[in-house]
Amino acid sequence: MTATEEPIIDPVLERVKTGIAAFDDLVMGGLPRGRTTIVGGTPGSGKTVFATQFLAHGITDLNEPGVFVTFEEPPAEIEVNMASFGWDLRGWREKSRLAFVDASPRNRDELVVGEFDLAGLLARILHAVKATKAKRIVLDSLTQLFDHFVADPTTVRRELLRTATALKKEGLTVLMTAERNSEYGDISRHRIEEFVADNVVILRNALERERRRRTIEVLKMRGSRHVEGEVPITLVENQGIVAVPLSSLRLEQQSSTKRVTSGIAELDGMTSGGFFRDSVTLVSGATGTGKTLLVTNFLAGGVAAGERALLVGYEESRGQLFRNARGWGVDFEAMEEDGKLKVVCLYPEAQSLPDHLLMIRELVEEFKPDRFAVDSLSALERIAPDTGFREFLISLTSFIKKREIAGLCTATNKSLVGGQSASEQHISTLTDSIILLRYIQEVDMMHRGLMVLKMRGSEHDKQIRRFTIDSSGMHLGEAFGGAPDVFGDAVVSEHRHE
Amino acid sequence: MTIENPPDPALRSTLRLYVAGDTPGARRALESRKILIEATAGEMDIEIVNILERPDLAETAGILATPTLSDESATPPRRMVGDISDTNQVLEYFGYRKKDTAL
Repeated sequence: MTATEEPIIDPVLERVKTGIAAFDDLVMGGLPRGRTTIVGGTPGSGKTVFATQFLAHGITDLNEPGVFVTFEEPPAEIEVNMASFGWDLRGWREKSRLAFVDASPRNRDELVVGEFDLAGLLARILHAVKATKAKRIVLDSLTQLFDHFVADPTTVRRELLRTATALKKEGLTVLMTAERNSEYGDISRHRIEEFVADNVVILRNALERERRRRTIEVLKMRGSRHVEGEVPITLVENQGIVAVPLSSLRLEQQSSTKRVTSGIAELDGMTSGGFFRDSVTLVSGATGTGKTLLVTNFLAGGVAAGERALLVGYEESRGQLFRNARGWGVDFEAMEEDGKLKVVCLYPEAQSLPDHLLMIRELVEEFKPDRFAVDSLSALERIAPDTGFREFLISLTSFIKKREIAGLCTATNKSLVGGQSASEQHISTLTDSIILLRYIQEVDMMHRGLMVLKMRGSEHDKQIRRFTIDSSGMHLGEAFGGAPDVFGDAVVSEHRHE
Repeated sequence: MTIENPPDPALRSTLRLYVAGDTPGARRALESRKILIEATAGEMDIEIVNILERPDLAETAGILATPTLSDESATPPRRMVGDISDTNQVLEYFGYRKKDTAL
């Protein structure tokens, strides 16, 4: 317990986990114990959910009871509202794991004259703390407290500071919510954070390109480091707030030296033995160059080697994908019946990117695949603002690598002959390998060419190989004789030999 | 100050003065309490609740601030928070009349 007279900057502050794993990573393991954190946000940004989750995690997972001081909704309403996140507040209350201090508006006449203090509030909180042996306290929200004593904000400020100090002295970790008027601007309406909070966290629910984008940001952590910037979050039934972790925090993935087949023997040859177990490969090419075929081979090759394979499709329906596969001699149906393959097709527009990410994560946790393909990322890119898409890619790649899953993503070029798609720009630095599929013109014939552009940690064939597609799939042939420009617009092999 | 629906004196019960221990504010409030009782010749009956000893009573009544003078028998309950030294104001607010005719 860090009950100290003065707020000493402890070199190693004990951390209190909030139950939002990716958020705890942002603040180096959790909220510092015995400190006060303000969570600011506009109405509907998820403040009460965050606060309740903080208590719920303590109660259910860490044997740390909590006290919920509500200035806004009556306890009965909070119990009902939070039930959808899977939190049994009522049950916990009955077992004295949770206590409410009900400071919600009641029907009464009140006249405030002259000086007062909030000793009543503090006495009630301490009483509840004693009854539950609480370690965590939530005050939701301070804005309503200020509204209650609207004529005297100075006193409320002073009394809040006194209350916070007293609670900290008891070693309690305090989370206070405060309402904001706008997503960007003053942290809270009454500038509470300036005098009472050791730490400031902001929840946002902003409208960006006609889409709601929920984020969490750590603004200030007294005496401790934190990760800067907004991190996407989403509200999930039976879970609460789920933050989408950024890979910048988790670049410590170990690199595997184990190889897995790409599903195409010749491609395995070009890559000195196949993809790495925990690597992500990007397949980029214009429409019709054979990306989905490569995906199909990748999945089939894994299943043939006894692996489990998962495909999330955003462009074609299951029927189309299965028909295509059959056309290349691959029987997806039989693989699914054997439980070795799972194909999930979704409309990109059906949900937001963080929700897509969560869904993929849930699918992966559930099916536990050894390899995983997304066809295509470009379809997802349509639905998101640039920043959101980049975050999504970072999260997705770090997630599948952490699980030691071999990943394959496709990106569609807008131009038929070359150039870069935006997803390529985002993902090329995040992926371990890049395979380009291109149309290449040779005199008066159009051929398909495949090239391994990059392969991290391995030798690879740098040639551009021609390939054909028939009823048994992809066949890699000889390298192109000339030097076609696979990046440029005019791709004419033999005429560009200078 | 105008008061709507002053409490019916017949239904009147004991008022409560919530204080938090022995603070200067609490001492002032306790002095004011004496003056109020004297001014109404005992008609105004005020029970003292030290919330540091009885936080449960503060919880039941929903007390946030101290000192608070509360009449729970009024509908809705009627409270005065802070300074209760202005006898006339307090009596009027809670619907009492001074017994001292010199007023």
